[in-house]
Amino acid sequence: MLEVKDLEVFYGSIQALHRISFKINEGEIVTLIGANGAGKSTTLRTISGLVRPRSGKVVFRGTDITQVPAHTIVRMGIAQVPEGRRIFSNLTVLENLLMGAYTRNNKQEVEENLERVFKSFPRLKERIKQLAGTLSGGEQQMLAMGRSLMSRPSLLLLDEPSMGLSPIMVEEIFEIIKNINHEGTTVLLVEQNAFMALQIAHRAYVLETGRIVLEGPAKEVRDNPRVRTAYLGELAFVS
Amino acid sequence: MERLLEQIINGLQLGFVYALIALGYTMVYGIIKLINFAHGDVFMIGAFIGYFAYTFWGFSLWGAVLIAMILCAVLGVLIERIAYRPLRYAPRIAALISALGVSLFLEYFCSLKFVFGPNFRVVQPPVKQIHWNLGGIPITNIQIIIVAVVILLLLVLQYLVYRTKIGTAMRAVSFDHDAARLMGINVDFIIAFTFALGSALAAAGGVLYTLAYPQIHPFMGIMPGLKAFTAAVLGGIGIIPGAVLGSLIMGQVETLTAAYLTSQMRDAIAFLILIIVLLVRPSGILGRGGPEKV
Ligand SMILES: Nc1ncnc2c1ncn2[C@@H]1O[C@H](COP(=O)(O)OP(=O)(O)O)[C@@H](O)[C@H]1O
Ligand SMILES: [Mg+2]
Repeated sequence: MLEVKDLEVFYGSIQALHRISFKINEGEIVTLIGANGAGKSTTLRTISGLVRPRSGKVVFRGTDITQVPAHTIVRMGIAQVPEGRRIFSNLTVLENLLMGAYTRNNKQEVEENLERVFKSFPRLKERIKQLAGTLSGGEQQMLAMGRSLMSRPSLLLLDEPSMGLSPIMVEEIFEIIKNINHEGTTVLLVEQNAFMALQIAHRAYVLETGRIVLEGPAKEVRDNPRVRTAYLGELAFVS
Repeated sequence: MERLLEQIINGLQLGFVYALIALGYTMVYGIIKLINFAHGDVFMIGAFIGYFAYTFWGFSLWGAVLIAMILCAVLGVLIERIAYRPLRYAPRIAALISALGVSLFLEYFCSLKFVFGPNFRVVQPPVKQIHWNLGGIPITNIQIIIVAVVILLLLVLQYLVYRTKIGTAMRAVSFDHDAARLMGINVDFIIAFTFALGSALAAAGGVLYTLAYPQIHPFMGIMPGLKAFTAAVLGGIGIIPGAVLGSLIMGQVETLTAAYLTSQMRDAIAFLILIIVLLVRPSGILGRGGPEKV
């Protein structure tokens, strides 16, 4: 469904991604894990068109979208929940959701999407008139996810959805991600919380300072000794 | 007492005209954090277009307001496209210098003989001034027209910004460009739209201004522009109701200063206010915790 080929991204003279390549198949949850500064957000921002690569390609459903403007990429079916949620705190919850449906012109369809989002996130429905900035962290994450689903994406990019949330909230968010995937949305999940991400993902890529150093089915990646020490917090046996 | 009332009404008229200009400053600032110094010149060009329209092209006052608004909306979009967009992600100072350049260019270009010419022109407004006395309140038909048109435009703007999809997108863009892009919002289009809207309002202000102050020239936009900018800062730059509030205050301060202190001081007072606001409350009256910005 999505293919990233030899992507190189620079910020000024700093190279953030070194020819990374990976693939996402229809229906999968793929996770991209890695430490802070590894280039995970840069990867998502490049796919969404917010950052332009120096070289390499992003191909979505057979179309090269490397040079397509960000707002058009959303129309093509890729939505992103950015790191730090980036909800519009100056808008109400409902207005945030309607902005998520900005690309949709059919009123009835937008109404249906709203209902669907409220079914996944009942708490948002109680707060539609509230300014989004007044929501709790967990609610803001739900709003950010609900907002991105309003465009009915076929591919959802999630950038650290668990960041700053309580463990219970994290469980709930991951449960919802699984459900979104069950209902047919392909998911690319970026996480520092590798443990949780590897539990729900089908496949995983490990990013280290802008390079993919490991890839495979999530189970295998989880069992990899290097991953266990570096990302799953297990102590290494030093002999 | 009658004199004071008369001055307050004059101040109201002036304040409402300033509001139309101040809104453009504040909306543009809200969306790209740029002080569009050419905005006062758009007001001037609006006044000229209106004058041509009702004097030579056979338009009614309403036709003149409308055509000035449309042409200036186009001008605003061009200014953004040519002078600001290429510098959108350059250091702030570059865009500021560009803004000053556009302002000077418009003033001197319009002063050319084959454009508007450098001289003052006395305007024959299409509406004859009639003095009324409404239960002890001295008022003219022109004052009523100005205040009524401005209030109408403010209501339309309020509806547009707070009740429509494009208005919501404007508020979203003003809060976070990248997040707005991720919603599928064409940020460039929304910014251009904001310039069009602000410029159209300034143009309407220009045409209305000529009814009350029937004299125009290519540098006439500087003072009202600076005062409206001061008003926008006073109310809280980036905040729509703040621009209106600040303008109404400016209108009163200026008229009352001219009437009761000295008319030479009226402009100085405006800038004194700017300096005091910047020192005491840089975020303005409604800034911080006030209504949302655009
Ligand atoms: N806007 C930026 N300007 C300059 N450098 C940046 C910018 N954003 C990210 N970087 C750098 O690019 C690298 C990758 O960052 P990022 O993609 O945010 O990593 P991650 O999301 O994995 O934490 C880091 O070294 C970071 O400092
Ligand atoms: Mg990141």
